[in-house]
Amino acid sequence: MNKQIYLAFINGHFPPDWKNLATDLRHCLPFTFEILSLKVNLRLFHSADRHQYHSTLLLGHLLKNLPEQGEKIIGITDVDIYIPILTFLFGEAQLNGRGAVVSTYRLNTVFYGLPRNDKLLYDRTLKEIMHELGHTFGLVHCADFECVMNSSTYVENIDLKQAFFCQSCQDKMGITCDKRTT
Amino acid sequence: MKPYKILIVDDELSVRTSLNEWFLEDGFKVETAESAEDALYKMHRGPFDLILLDIKMPGMDGITLQKKIKEIDADVVIIIMTAYASVETAVEALKLGAFDYVTKPFDPDDLSRLVRNALKQKELADENIQLKEKITELAGVSNMVGESEGMKRVLEMVDTVAETDSTVLIRGESGTGKELIARAIHTRSKRRYFPIVAVNCGAIPETLLESELFGHEKGAFTGAQYRRKGKIELANGGTLFLDEIGDISSQMQVDLLRVIESKRFTRVGGGDEIQVDFRLICATNKNLEKLVEEEIFREDLYYRINVFTIFIPPLRERRSDILLLTEFFIQKYSRTMGKPVKKISAAAQEILLSHPWPGNVRELENAIERAMVVGKHSEIMSEDLPLHINEQEKKKDNFIKLDDLEKQHIEKIIAEANGNITRAASLLGIDRVTLYNKIKKYGIKR
Repeated sequence: MNKQIYLAFINGHFPPDWKNLATDLRHCLPFTFEILSLKVNLRLFHSADRHQYHSTLLLGHLLKNLPEQGEKIIGITDVDIYIPILTFLFGEAQLNGRGAVVSTYRLNTVFYGLPRNDKLLYDRTLKEIMHELGHTFGLVHCADFECVMNSSTYVENIDLKQAFFCQSCQDKMGITCDKRTT
Repeated sequence: MKPYKILIVDDELSVRTSLNEWFLEDGFKVETAESAEDALYKMHRGPFDLILLDIKMPGMDGITLQKKIKEIDADVVIIIMTAYASVETAVEALKLGAFDYVTKPFDPDDLSRLVRNALKQKELADENIQLKEKITELAGVSNMVGESEGMKRVLEMVDTVAETDSTVLIRGESGTGKELIARAIHTRSKRRYFPIVAVNCGAIPETLLESELFGHEKGAFTGAQYRRKGKIELANGGTLFLDEIGDISSQMQVDLLRVIESKRFTRVGGGDEIQVDFRLICATNKNLEKLVEEEIFREDLYYRINVFTIFIPPLRERRSDILLLTEFFIQKYSRTMGKPVKKISAAAQEILLSHPWPGNVRELENAIERAMVVGKHSEIMSEDLPLHINEQEKKKDNFIKLDDLEKQHIEKIIAEANGNITRAASLLGIDRVTLYNKIKKYGIKR
């Protein structure tokens, strides 16, 4: 499969030790991952009341920036994102669509008043990217608590899952996952 | 997981869209409605398992909509959403049967858990109903047998009245199955998962009936060592079946009328009023109109209980049901006695069909039960039936028609006269032509 998926890091948010991200994703997802650095005027999506950024609007903006040869685009940001009906989101995706967005804001241990843990932040972000990409390939939440498609409504949920699609989800996506990423 | 169907009702597009996506990702089937009218239209089109309902919408508000939704589908789970945390509206929504109440925006974990719990509870409730229906079916409570026009009418009336909460008066001779009809109404009503409490007013002495119906407090009378709930209190939520209502005393009629009208009563020896909610079904084999005329039965109570009347025809007026009922009782007693299912001989069928059945279905059931116990053949024979039924048949044999008697007598005289017609006519005291005419009429062979 030669599907080109763009990992769009918004406003220079790309920690230096994340250079293996594309490789780690390829362990499970047999696509070509391209890193993009994207400049976005986030103020357009800012809510003064909530001090958060509207995820759906941001996602719409990202889609406009999907290069012609690209199959999908996933934005990665360090700001806190929301949709009006929910207090926060870890990420948002178009089910069976071309775009997704992931926020590292609440994946960071510092947000919870804990010491900085870069390794954990990386693992959580990897799983969230896989999760949202899964949605763009039409996968819904999975009941298997170890599967990356298991629903996560709090951060510890993400730590419980593996950076891995269960057999049923792999079958639905038509992929074979290498468990080395876990 | 069962593919649950969720309806999101909110006038804000962003709420509908985001919740739609959220639940789609969770694997639910989702529909959205932008107004109360749209929601009601969608409710009429198909059932939903759960509805997320915005309490504040232009036009019809969420509380009114909730009432209308419950009228269409009483079992659907409703979760109220609001932008303002108002205790009053929350309480009102919960009183009207909403599962819970959430304030916008929701914490994703709260929303997820809430929906999961609500659907789990609904699943358990549905399963509970299914199991109870299975038990009801296995217990055969709703078995009512009859294909005659009279019985079909009764069954139609049962179906008509069961869904309502109307008071029902069942009339019919003793043994026609009045209690069975009362139970059928109860098991087909919305109160079916609450008890049906039957009281045979005619069988309980007047002095005990008051305590039996209303219960008593400890020390209310000699022997009242404990507080005891009465039948009325036990029927709370369900059905109170008062059999032989025509037999109650005038004082009890007054007490009963008060309870029926106010749905409140006090236990014997008690001071506190107790509120109850029950459906009343009464039965009698008495002519209540005559009792009212004779001032034995209160007119106001008569009108109170005579709201919807079902007359059960006696078995002699629905003879086509006799063999059906016989078959039903044979099956029933084969099961309970652990005996193979028997057939019924033609002679026994003949007897059953011609018997007047003054004791109605009860008498027939007893006759079959007895025949199943005493019968030694693979068929129920006429001699297996109770003696009084056979006797009746024998007595019937003694009533010979005049024509049959004349025919028998002529045959006998002709035989005595060795076929000599002139002699036979002489012995009978008639002329030969008359005898020839009678021989022709009765087809007598010489």
